[in-house]
Amino acid sequence: MSATFQFLSGVGGIAETSLSYLGGLTQLIGRSLLLLVASPLKPGRRLERAIRQSIIVGVRAIPIVSLITFFVGVIIALQGAYELRRLGAMQLVPALVAISITRELGPLITAVVVIGRSGSAFAAEIGTMRVTEELDALQTMALDPLAFLVAPKFLAMAVMVPCLAVWADLMGLLGGSFFGVTSGNFTLASFLIGVRDSLVVSDVLSGIIKSLLFGLVITAVGCQEGLSTGGGAEEVGKATTSAVVISILMVILIDVVFTALFYLTGGGS
Amino acid sequence: MGSPALDTPEISVRGLKVCYGDREVLRGISFDVRHGETVVILGGSGSGKSTLLRTLVGLQKPNEGEVWVRGLDLARASLREMDELRRKIGLSFQGGALIGSMSVGENIALPLLEHSNLAPSTVEVMVRIKLEQVGLSGFENYMPSELSGGMRKRAAVARAIAMDPEILFFDEPSAGLDPITAAGIDNLILDLKKAYSITTVVVTHELASAFLIADRIIVIDHGNILAIGTVPQIQQCSTPRVRQFLDRVAESGDDDDKVDHLRMYTEGIRVKP
Repeated sequence: MSATFQFLSGVGGIAETSLSYLGGLTQLIGRSLLLLVASPLKPGRRLERAIRQSIIVGVRAIPIVSLITFFVGVIIALQGAYELRRLGAMQLVPALVAISITRELGPLITAVVVIGRSGSAFAAEIGTMRVTEELDALQTMALDPLAFLVAPKFLAMAVMVPCLAVWADLMGLLGGSFFGVTSGNFTLASFLIGVRDSLVVSDVLSGIIKSLLFGLVITAVGCQEGLSTGGGAEEVGKATTSAVVISILMVILIDVVFTALFYLTGGGS
Repeated sequence: MGSPALDTPEISVRGLKVCYGDREVLRGISFDVRHGETVVILGGSGSGKSTLLRTLVGLQKPNEGEVWVRGLDLARASLREMDELRRKIGLSFQGGALIGSMSVGENIALPLLEHSNLAPSTVEVMVRIKLEQVGLSGFENYMPSELSGGMRKRAAVARAIAMDPEILFFDEPSAGLDPITAAGIDNLILDLKKAYSITTVVVTHELASAFLIADRIIVIDHGNILAIGTVPQIQQCSTPRVRQFLDRVAESGDDDDKVDHLRMYTEGIRVKP
């Protein structure tokens, strides 16, 4: 009996810590978004910081996002063609690529790349600043670290992750059409017409909405882990690792919930 | 917040208690810092002196008691009032705490650019002046990681005085520095005192430095104030615990053991069986 109770109390403990962590994330997102609207800092300098962040998290991610999603597009086309060829339904390859990339893989792959590039960097940057007292220094200079450091990251990610996801969609489709043109009986035009005919606006839109949420959550987890870093280099490493692991988990969970929601509300039909 | 009258203290601490969890770090301490004086808070490691400094600049909330800085009750101050106050104080951190991603010049310019409406060219001139004051002329474009420990502390002082503060705080200004560089930092503090006649609070465990720069010294130990007084008063203080600190007598008990082990290793003899 006592083993059962121990197990149950363990489950309860995990649930409690998870919920309080989620609460912390929500609070961080709320406070940061509020600081974007009502910041005590100068507007010009705030915009400058947000733009600098956008370049770091967005513009510089374009090459790697392009490369990865292009090949993912090729892979999806290959895998689809493998099965569809036997059914003599090669004309469905563009639709398969279009739907899987725009609804799912474009935003997801983008999120994973952004976690690896930016989520980890946020945790390491803020964690190191915590360890070297730079956060305290900002505070004593009347520069609230949330307003000064975290809020611009939220703004940059909320704008850039959806943009990257749209770009990833395009590159994925390009990858699919690369296969279609080289190994299937498609011309670029006929492949893209196939893509156009199979897509509806809500496919792309649902991907963009998911990306926006991914961006907010990745920023929140990265910054939260950085802010709660203890003392020392080892702690910074741990914070960075947890930022990546927790972000991936959260992104997948959000993906499941939203895909289910889209499906149940008829967006999936 | 109007400027306080001359006779009211710049900093007033009453019955301050600070706890980390169950551990009481400051156990009800009270003192005043008058306008324009240099007060050194002297204490060993773990005495609570760094916590006291963090409380004075509002990085740590008091659990009990009151902390008034320039007429503002830190426990009840709003964020806006706190920021207002923070623009009038400067803090030089122990490790410098310069923003690692910015050059020395950008670090010093940061509070000026964020809180004033000065033109960038004016800010540039001010950065040059501040760097000259701390003896770091020409180091604007260096990154903090390219500076030595002493230079980093000087740069931190330059940043702390960038906004021409009313109160200047120093956290362990000479810790971890060689005696010559440490003396240089002491001279810098004395120079600043002469140049600006601002209120200065220095937290340190260096006796020589404390005796050199202080108008008054506050000795704290285990979260309590042991003695407050001018340099001669402290030097002649007869409280055993203060004497132990001033005469650099090691803590009895576990330190005896250490000596025994040391002698065991160095002389190859067993002092106690």
